[in-house]
Amino acid sequence: MWPSASRITIYEYYPGAPIPHYCIQCPDYPCVSACPTKALSVDQLTGAVLVDPSLCTLCLKCVEACPGKVPKTTRGKSHVLICDLCFGDPACVRECSRVGYNALKTVKKPSNTGIKHYAKPPELVAEEFGRKIYM
Amino acid sequence: MQIYGSWGKLLSVDLSAGKTSEERIHPITYRMFVGGRGLATYILWRELGKKWGSVDPLGPENMLTILTGPLTGYYPGIKLVVSGKSPQSGGVVGSAISSHVAYSIKTAGYDGIIVRGASRDPVYIYVRDDLVEIRDASKLWGLKGLELTKSLRSELGRDAPSLYIGPAGENLVRTAAVMARWFHAAGYGGYGAVMGSKKLKAIVVEGSGPLPPVARRDEFLKLRYEVIDKVAARSTFRVWGTTSGLWRVGHDTSSEPIRNWVEEWHNREEFSHVAIEKKYWIKNPWADWGCPLACMKVSKAVVDGVTYYTDGPDYEMGAYLGSNLGLFEVDKVIALSALADDLGLCGIQTGNTMGFAVELYERGLITREDVGYELKWGDFYCLKRLMEDIAYRRGFGGVLAEGTYRAAVEVAKRRNLPSEEVLKYAVQVKGIGVGAHGIRSRKDYPQPIAYAASVQGGDHTSVAGLPADSEESEISSAFLDSAVVCSFTSVEEETVLKFLNAVTGWGVTKEELYRTIGLRILSLQRILLLLGGPDVRWDPRVHDDNPLRFYEPLPSGPYTNSVVSRDEVLNSIAEYYKQLGWDSYGIPTEETLRKLGLYDAVDVVKTLRRELGVS
Repeated sequence: MWPSASRITIYEYYPGAPIPHYCIQCPDYPCVSACPTKALSVDQLTGAVLVDPSLCTLCLKCVEACPGKVPKTTRGKSHVLICDLCFGDPACVRECSRVGYNALKTVKKPSNTGIKHYAKPPELVAEEFGRKIYM
Repeated sequence: MQIYGSWGKLLSVDLSAGKTSEERIHPITYRMFVGGRGLATYILWRELGKKWGSVDPLGPENMLTILTGPLTGYYPGIKLVVSGKSPQSGGVVGSAISSHVAYSIKTAGYDGIIVRGASRDPVYIYVRDDLVEIRDASKLWGLKGLELTKSLRSELGRDAPSLYIGPAGENLVRTAAVMARWFHAAGYGGYGAVMGSKKLKAIVVEGSGPLPPVARRDEFLKLRYEVIDKVAARSTFRVWGTTSGLWRVGHDTSSEPIRNWVEEWHNREEFSHVAIEKKYWIKNPWADWGCPLACMKVSKAVVDGVTYYTDGPDYEMGAYLGSNLGLFEVDKVIALSALADDLGLCGIQTGNTMGFAVELYERGLITREDVGYELKWGDFYCLKRLMEDIAYRRGFGGVLAEGTYRAAVEVAKRRNLPSEEVLKYAVQVKGIGVGAHGIRSRKDYPQPIAYAASVQGGDHTSVAGLPADSEESEISSAFLDSAVVCSFTSVEEETVLKFLNAVTGWGVTKEELYRTIGLRILSLQRILLLLGGPDVRWDPRVHDDNPLRFYEPLPSGPYTNSVVSRDEVLNSIAEYYKQLGWDSYGIPTEETLRKLGLYDAVDVVKTLRRELGVS
């Protein structure tokens, strides 16, 4: 097991307000266009961003381009980590359902562009949470 | 020698010298002491055992150990064990706490952190994999939990798992806890004060590697799901957490502390999980990393325009900062629990001392002249003030900051009374306030000898019981705290053992657990507890006993007049010690020590017997 290699990171700025942070697959895929080595591509079946480890140089242009600052790096991995939806059967959803929390589920990707609103750095989401619940 | 489940390596930090290094632990040592509480006991014994009696728990000679176990990160539930020489008991207390630091330590490549010496100025330890720094904490010193968490986040630029102390630890309050994630506390033992004595405000650990390899991966994965399924089915914990104890223990089993344990029963429906959920919970379930149980619930209450957040209140906080203080207004109990969290106080130990103080006030053993204000059952304002006075050692708070036992001795001295005259109201065993599960109704889990014969005194998470080779025995808790497994996510012992063997490749049997490994840990803990010092020394003939209050019949509720007798307790203790291979004083026999491979303890025990006059 390797917690920091997980494609999902959970932040918690306020007690009881966990913020799951992961790729939401923007319709315009700014990370893919920003990659100078063409290491990133879009999975035609799931819409997930795929990383070719042999092409990634860890230049982090994708992080710069990402509105949510999602791609992550960790020691021992020579490429960025982006949620690949486990090829349509995400392990996180399986695990969450198995323990009965049912906080995560797989849905069909919406066709509108509103989804992009969900791509936010965790501190911004936390701020919204904070205003609603904790102020 | 290949090792699984652990790295065989600890991070060692010397705060006096300002130096850090790595420390190897031999695979055989793990096989003998497992990890967590067991490994802490071994390390403390090895390094301080010879001079134990003279080591000041709040001096630079003491060590602070932060240890994981081979099951940390693998077994669902994420705990680590804080230890050292306890400023409460003078022995070794394995103080378990749920914290993300547990998996961070392992993914940074260590099994634990050992802190020696003391810094002159406030510091915090920052670990990111191989990078280890002792950093200036002068701007963090003095901060309470909520402020500190924010400041650390802005200093580091992100959230990072941390252990820390509040003002109580800084002020060397003996009931101070080591804290994590706002509301989590390693309370028993008083290790917040040990951190404070080292001028160590926080330990921040970020690990980015994988967990150490496991011996039998397929078997481990199978067992992991077996445990997850079992634990996820514990719906009472999931839905109500331990808060349900406020009704189950307070009303049904009649074993909840009420007004310093004068009573153990209530029938106040407003003081129950059902009432609390509706009005106060803003997040349920709430859990730490990888936990399939989620016993935690975040509550919010507003008192006099101030907003307070805490966990639960879980059963122990509700009991000790509520009913034990005669306070049944939930919003105010939440406020006291939140305040204890923020000040970095153990709610159990501090609630125990506060209840004791209110009773002394009621009996006229302390007065307004001593305290500076009136102490009354259920009066939130004086209780809040008293808690703050303890955390900052203001006025009479300075006496109570020494914990129930030492405060009792001090009050007796000031009143020119024999100490027994005040100690009879102190509901503690060997310097440690008794957890919120009474023994008089006999309907709750602790046996009549649970605390009297425990190597961790009043600790309700490490209770003694007969038979000595069953899960009733304290060996069972010693094992869980060594492996390290949370007692709420643990399942039947056979499966936990299989789990341990799949991860470590050891092949530990139940017999080995009870007759060798667990007994070895417990025996060393018992010896160090009896060595004690420098300001307390426990005599088995006097102190292997219950607080006197537990020999008073219950005055109310369905089990009115129920009681335990001292004869029964002493007889059961004798039987328990016999089964463990200890003598009638609870001192491990020479034969037992040799069988356990504790040869260097043989002479120490001889001296101990001579000093007690029982050789």
